[in-house]
Amino acid sequence: MFKSVLVANRGEIACRVFRTARRMGLRTIAVYSEADAAALHVREADEAVLIGPAAARESYLDAAKVLAAAKATGAEAIHPGYGFLSENADFAEAVAAAGIVWIGPKPSSIRAMGLKDAAKKLMIEAGVPVTPGYQGEDQSLETLSAEANRIGFPVLIKAVAGGGGKGMRKVDRAEDFAEGLASAQREGQSSFGDPRVLIESYITRPRHIEVQVFGDSHGNVVHLHERDCSLQRRHQKVIEEAPAPGMDQATRDAVTAAAVRAARAVNYQGAGTIEFIADASDGLKADRIWFMEMNTRLQVEHPVTEAITGVDLVEWQLRVAAGQPIPLVQADIPMNGWAMEARLYAEDPANGFLPSIGRLDHFVMPDDIRVDTGVMQGGEVSQFYDPMIAKLIVHEDSRELAAARLADACREVEVWPVKTNAGFMARCLDHPRFVEGDVDTGFIAAEEASLLAAQPSPDARIAALNLVANNHHLAPQLGDYLSPWAPDADSAAVGFRLNGQARALFVAQINGDTVQGSVLSNRTGDFTWRIEADDRIAVSRAHGDKIVVNGGVPIGYAVPADGDEGVVFERGYAWPVTRASLATPSTGGSASDGALRAPMPGKIVAAPAKAGDKVAKGQPIVVLEAMKMEHALTAPFDGVVSEFNVAVGDQVTDGAVLAVVQAAEAA
Amino acid sequence: MPKLISAVDRNSPAFKTLDAHNRALRDALYEKVAKAARGGSDASRERHVARGKLLPRERVERLLDPGSPFLEVGQLAADGMYRDEAPGAGMICGVGRVSGREVMIVANDPTVKGGAYFPMTVKKHLRAQEIAEQNNLPCVYLVDSGGANLPHQAEVFPDRDHFGRIFFNQARMSAKAIPQIACVMGSCTAGGAYVPAMSDETVIVRNQGTIFLAGPPLVKAATGEVISAEELGGAETHGRKSGVVDHVAENDEHALEIVRSIVAHLNTTKSQPLDVREPRAPAYDPAELYGIIPEDVRAPYDVREVIARIVDGSELDEFKALYGTSLVCGFARIWGMPVAILANNGVLFSESAQKGAHFIELACKRKIPLLFLQNISGFMVGGKYEAEGIAKHGAKLVTAVASAEAPKFTVLIGGSFGAGNYGMCGRAYSPRFLFTWPNSRISVMGGEQAASVLATVHHDADTWTPEEAEAFKAPIRQKYEDEGNPYYATARLWDDGVIDPAQTRDVLGLAISASLNAPIPETTFGVFRM
Repeated sequence: MFKSVLVANRGEIACRVFRTARRMGLRTIAVYSEADAAALHVREADEAVLIGPAAARESYLDAAKVLAAAKATGAEAIHPGYGFLSENADFAEAVAAAGIVWIGPKPSSIRAMGLKDAAKKLMIEAGVPVTPGYQGEDQSLETLSAEANRIGFPVLIKAVAGGGGKGMRKVDRAEDFAEGLASAQREGQSSFGDPRVLIESYITRPRHIEVQVFGDSHGNVVHLHERDCSLQRRHQKVIEEAPAPGMDQATRDAVTAAAVRAARAVNYQGAGTIEFIADASDGLKADRIWFMEMNTRLQVEHPVTEAITGVDLVEWQLRVAAGQPIPLVQADIPMNGWAMEARLYAEDPANGFLPSIGRLDHFVMPDDIRVDTGVMQGGEVSQFYDPMIAKLIVHEDSRELAAARLADACREVEVWPVKTNAGFMARCLDHPRFVEGDVDTGFIAAEEASLLAAQPSPDARIAALNLVANNHHLAPQLGDYLSPWAPDADSAAVGFRLNGQARALFVAQINGDTVQGSVLSNRTGDFTWRIEADDRIAVSRAHGDKIVVNGGVPIGYAVPADGDEGVVFERGYAWPVTRASLATPSTGGSASDGALRAPMPGKIVAAPAKAGDKVAKGQPIVVLEAMKMEHALTAPFDGVVSEFNVAVGDQVTDGAVLAVVQAAEAA
Repeated sequence: MPKLISAVDRNSPAFKTLDAHNRALRDALYEKVAKAARGGSDASRERHVARGKLLPRERVERLLDPGSPFLEVGQLAADGMYRDEAPGAGMICGVGRVSGREVMIVANDPTVKGGAYFPMTVKKHLRAQEIAEQNNLPCVYLVDSGGANLPHQAEVFPDRDHFGRIFFNQARMSAKAIPQIACVMGSCTAGGAYVPAMSDETVIVRNQGTIFLAGPPLVKAATGEVISAEELGGAETHGRKSGVVDHVAENDEHALEIVRSIVAHLNTTKSQPLDVREPRAPAYDPAELYGIIPEDVRAPYDVREVIARIVDGSELDEFKALYGTSLVCGFARIWGMPVAILANNGVLFSESAQKGAHFIELACKRKIPLLFLQNISGFMVGGKYEAEGIAKHGAKLVTAVASAEAPKFTVLIGGSFGAGNYGMCGRAYSPRFLFTWPNSRISVMGGEQAASVLATVHHDADTWTPEEAEAFKAPIRQKYEDEGNPYYATARLWDDGVIDPAQTRDVLGLAISASLNAPIPETTFGVFRM
């Protein structure tokens, strides 16, 4: 066994590999980019080597730099993790050539599975079912079009070298085929430098089933059962589980046997995954499951397999790479209970799932389940790498329990100000269709509206008020700490009103909504509120890092040391709370009516915009020359040029309205 | 410090009877205040809200820092006057925290007769300005008023303390660097136009606030020009052309936000000239005052029972406890701040007057705020007392009170009669704030005494039967009872408000603290007649 391992990766997978390596007594070596200098994987490793700038191409994807780091630190083995260089056969070869153990399959296996059409051919030869389709060398329109007709519409055209949805076109009707083909070819050429395509039958209710396989250098190949990764968003896996729901033993036997055959076909060594696509229109059927591709590496979702089998897959990888046989024979690999994993992404579901980057001022994960993460509180999510920041993994006796536990775990997630999909995933897990196992890869797209419709609960709104009330140290003055005027919520005079009930009016904005409440009493930190909108009485209390409203489920919160903002965590959502005493109108400062007036008499020398143009705030609309100076009049806000009253060369008088911009919301 | 020990038995029938009585008085007060606070009629309020405006009280609430106390002044102004058509005199005034600073807020209530100025509205506005000037509080005017109430013009326009004084005060305060900020949220017509125009910094709400010397009807009548109110004096006109306003807001909320920003940038600070300690609640619950305050102002009781329910820890360090015992003097703390308390415990004698004058000298030398708890039927009368010079001893006390530059605060906790009112810092002696309890009475003398005196001096008095004498005296007693009533007084702004006795401590804490915005000057006393 080698004594040290370098992980050519970052984030949670680097940390994950280190964990096992450390347990096995290996020296751990990290590589990192400039953006990751303070990252968790760097802290967790025994040694760390800076390999370049933030851009992955110049660091984590730069094989030469990684190898140099390995040599410099005397690393005896390299674990590539997933992504980056993990399926780069050239790199695997270079590692081996340098006399370093490559923890992964042989380069030939990687190459064999790298090209999709070649892989499919190989599978057909090995007796592994593949989707009805065409992966021939003849790329003429006539042949491709005839093949599409044979397979039957709808079909999927895929770039041979493609991945991640790129170079992929769904064509519903024969007459649209030529157009779809051309577009897929173009994208294949531009993205991968290869215009060749393959054609597959398009499956209406596809499910993503995959089998974990393992091979060693002694000719053993075993499987570790299947996983279901059907809950996806735009080909991005979100929730994975093992085993697959609704799969009977006969189907499981057929699929896992096919997977083992596939792995044997490429003399596979190490951890790999055979991905299948299943047509679930009529439940999972052995003859409706087809090979899609093989991933020649450890998968993101490997922990669910570890949970049900009790196997540490990284340990197996290390042992197999060191030439040891697989520790278990097929019959001894158990399948216990049900495991599920949720991928926590730094993204904003409410805003088109755009990646959310920035500092992790607050990062609290559930503490009683397995959480694999590569970040920590105070860390940063940068724009350079994958936005997945953690995986939550549960293992229970049944699928029902696992889903419920994982939903709870997602609801316990507290991350801020970076936004995450935790609340969104909790809603997915709670969805009746998911609970029933009725999920295909189109689930999120079909149910998106209901999955996204989250709003702060009435309790969260009161928690927002509590947050504001507890933290409104507004402009304290000298000696304030003792003044009855001090805005201290614990003061007996808070909200004092002569000859009446105290009325400490607090206005909070939570998730953009205004909530207004008055403190009726504040005995020892227990706020009694009158919520003015509905005249409801509520009681809230901050206790540690939670706020309890009306004795309900504690609601997490956080406030920064400075600024006017905070956050209330609820059911996996992070609702931003603004500590404004007033709802600030959309237009800041003194508002403009949108009319652009000549500031002095002068001549129009340029007109960068015209009537009807959509303009952004600050964009120049008209330029006036006066007193030997050019004055650009700019759009006061986003909107549309509703009037344009002048032309270049016009002489205008002081105060003349040259153009009018109509605000975007009014337009 | 020595702690006062209460002799009150909270389980006694007497306590319970008084408790019920005084709570009823408090409830009546709260009811009156709540009614006045609603402002104009429901219809008028609905009309106001329908225009997208905040009700004036909401404007004040939103202007204040969240959780800020609001020490309202003149809550029941004009109560029972003008056929009860002017609740609160159509204006909300008070001290509150805005952006961390104590400011005086003056807000017109346009739901009350369009915010027009009744005579009491003018008086209330001027009183608010006086408080601001004495205590160095920036003024925020939330303007929404049609100007002077024309039917009452004779009591509103011409005299020294009438409408014009508002602008005089603005100019004088501005000169003293007491910021004047106006937020025009509605009409601001004629004389009213000078409120923003005379201010240091001004905000106007678009399509809502207007400022002009004459409105469109008058312009049309005078010159034939037809012009809309918005064009004549709206936000665009004044924000862009005239420069009468400095900031244009989109709505009430926005305007108030701008005002908050303005206040945040005033660069005012509040000094802390007092030796302040951690505030401590009184050892005796202030609510026990309900069971202590006698039903009849003439009934004697130990005023220390009141002090014990106002001051920190119920601790009072008495001065000359054995001398002039009808005036209790002593040092204590309220909300941690040192105060020098003078409290009546019976009629004022020569000794008590001299003791009081001495004590005021101490307080002024030490720059300790003075608190007068007034429950006084007057100075002692009679040959012995005149002969020992009670007039000059009383004059010493009055001189001391009048000259004192330490901030003075007065609460009428019982009777306030005759020269006792002067010696105990009545309104004429310019306490920074003066509040009254609902049980209090104020008049030159008691109704009974007045009736007796008038009956005695009546030329027919010798011939009256007892019934005739009673028939003469009864209406006098009634008049004194009516006019001596605290609500009659407060409606006319003889004080700054009737207060719930249980709130006395907090009212005083806020008032004393607010007064610290102005430095405490050295006192130069007048000649004491020896």
